[in-house]
Amino acid sequence: MSVALQTFDLCKSFGGITATDHVDFTLAKGARHALIGPNGAGKTTFVNLLTGVLRPSSGRVELKGEDITAVSREARVGRGLARTFQINQLFGTMTPVEMIALVTSERLGRGRQLLRALDRDAELVAETAEILARFRLDDIMDERIATLPYGKQRQIEIAAAFAAKPSVLLLDEPAAGVPEAERRELMAMVAGLPEDVSVLLIEHDMDLVFRFATRITVLVNGHVLAEGDPDEVARDPAVRAAYLGEHAHG
Amino acid sequence: MSEGSIEARVQRSLYAARRWHPAEIMFWLLAVAAFFLLPRQLLILNEIAILGLFAVSLDLILGYAGIVSLGHAAFFGFGAYAAGLFAKHASADPLAGLAVGMGAAGLLGLLTSPLILRGSDLTRLMVTLGVALILGELANSLGWLTGGADGLQGIMMGSVLGLFEFDIFGKVAYLYSLAVLFVLFVLARRIVGSPFGLSLRAIRDNPLRASASGVPLHWRLVAVYTLAAAYAGAAGALLAQTTQFVSLDVLAFHRSADLMLVLIIGGAGYLYGGLIGAVAFKLLQDVIASFTPQYWMFWIGLFLVLFVLGGRELIHGGIKAVVGRVARLGRRSPT
Ligand SMILES: Nc1ncnc2c1ncn2[C@@H]1O[C@H](COP(=O)(O)OP(=O)(O)O)[C@@H](O)[C@H]1O
Ligand SMILES: [Mg+2]
Repeated sequence: MSVALQTFDLCKSFGGITATDHVDFTLAKGARHALIGPNGAGKTTFVNLLTGVLRPSSGRVELKGEDITAVSREARVGRGLARTFQINQLFGTMTPVEMIALVTSERLGRGRQLLRALDRDAELVAETAEILARFRLDDIMDERIATLPYGKQRQIEIAAAFAAKPSVLLLDEPAAGVPEAERRELMAMVAGLPEDVSVLLIEHDMDLVFRFATRITVLVNGHVLAEGDPDEVARDPAVRAAYLGEHAHG
Repeated sequence: MSEGSIEARVQRSLYAARRWHPAEIMFWLLAVAAFFLLPRQLLILNEIAILGLFAVSLDLILGYAGIVSLGHAAFFGFGAYAAGLFAKHASADPLAGLAVGMGAAGLLGLLTSPLILRGSDLTRLMVTLGVALILGELANSLGWLTGGADGLQGIMMGSVLGLFEFDIFGKVAYLYSLAVLFVLFVLARRIVGSPFGLSLRAIRDNPLRASASGVPLHWRLVAVYTLAAAYAGAAGALLAQTTQFVSLDVLAFHRSADLMLVLIIGGAGYLYGGLIGAVAFKLLQDVIASFTPQYWMFWIGLFLVLFVLGGRELIHGGIKAVVGRVARLGRRSPT
């Protein structure tokens, strides 16, 4: 098994609260891995530690075998680590074209060009169009993002993360708050991500989790309660007691 | 729909943002026409052009990158003194002096940019205000260099490009300032439409997502702050050169505060707001001062309060109403 992302004894506390508690975690290359756990378990904090939004209290993060614990957020993106946010973080005044073009332009290293016109950059235009088409955003590509329906905004969250062409993609409850009908389309997009992208999905809907994941990690009070393939996790008595009890599956 | 057509639409959308609209061309033609139509107002037109350039500078950081400043006069004043001193002691050539003013202010922007990288809007307001106050006090106490409270006198400007002598009517002054404004405006317009400009908007809209999209926030902010400082320095240099005088007033707090007002009136984030705001502000100032000189600040203060409380829709309606009223008042007033 080739490793995409790994943490070693990762800890984070906020004052008295331990949000991440000695987590040793491995995301395999090309994984379809789910991270589950009750609200407040520390899932979002974990993603924030992986992406550099938060600094760990102690421990280490490695991306493709390289220590990135001290690497800046934007440099982690450059190294192939992208994420979505549980609560929409979009460029509200931009259109989907502009937002995807921005991510693409940064990936292509264009951000320091002060005088080049965006539309004259054929590579930028082509790759932006490809992302918009892939995530079916082409029909609304000229609307202001802030005015779009919530479901579309969730789609843009994923598209923007994917536009960074990551090798590791972290999805923090991508379908949270999305109406049932649109959830399916959204999860189809997640399921349709290229196989070589390693995906970590945080999700509460157990049906979606068990359909998507080949491996599941259960986080409770900041520490890993259980990890294994879906059947193992579903059978684990500690998991059933601590978590699945409320959401009994199957 | 085929891939190709989406690509074409993406290109068209990106092009639309930088296309020259007829209204823009009209705007600049009007600015040139003003030279012929208002031959007795050239001095105030020159002031408007300079204020407009200064406002474009603030728009670059406020409207595009979301950095608030209450001390933008620091760069304006620094550019003014640099250009004034350069003219007095080194060379009377206006364009060389302009470059010196821009360079000096840009350098000051670069050096002070670490102060605005972190912190809330409030800390940025305080820090920028503080820098401007420090400079103002320095200019005051370095009397041997700046002339202190008497101002920097004895500036003799050479002719622009060795061809056009400055005159007392402000003919060359206005055309010179307008030309510099136009060139720098076109450059700014180009920059905000570039990948760099897009990344500034990303930072303004959502710094968290910007960094999660690979945008190095700090370096981009340093770059735009430096650029904006150079623009403000150009405006200051133009004032020093066209009035052949620099007073402590170039660094005064009210200059920074007025500038905010200019941008609030005209609207931030589309570059023309600074120019429209400068025209409206100067007209307003002129009109109010002509019938009630001592209460000018009262009216402008009241205006500001109503403006900000009024909300966006009201502001837009308000501009139209004010512009209409100003036009009517202007027709009635004797001058
Ligand atoms: N920035 C923060 N400051 C203080 N406490 C925080 C912060 N972020 C998260 N927490 C706390 O850490 C714990 C884990 O939160 P979070 O990672 O958001 O959980 P989850 O995403 O699993 O619902 C919670 O108790 C939460 O209140
Ligand atoms: Mg969460």
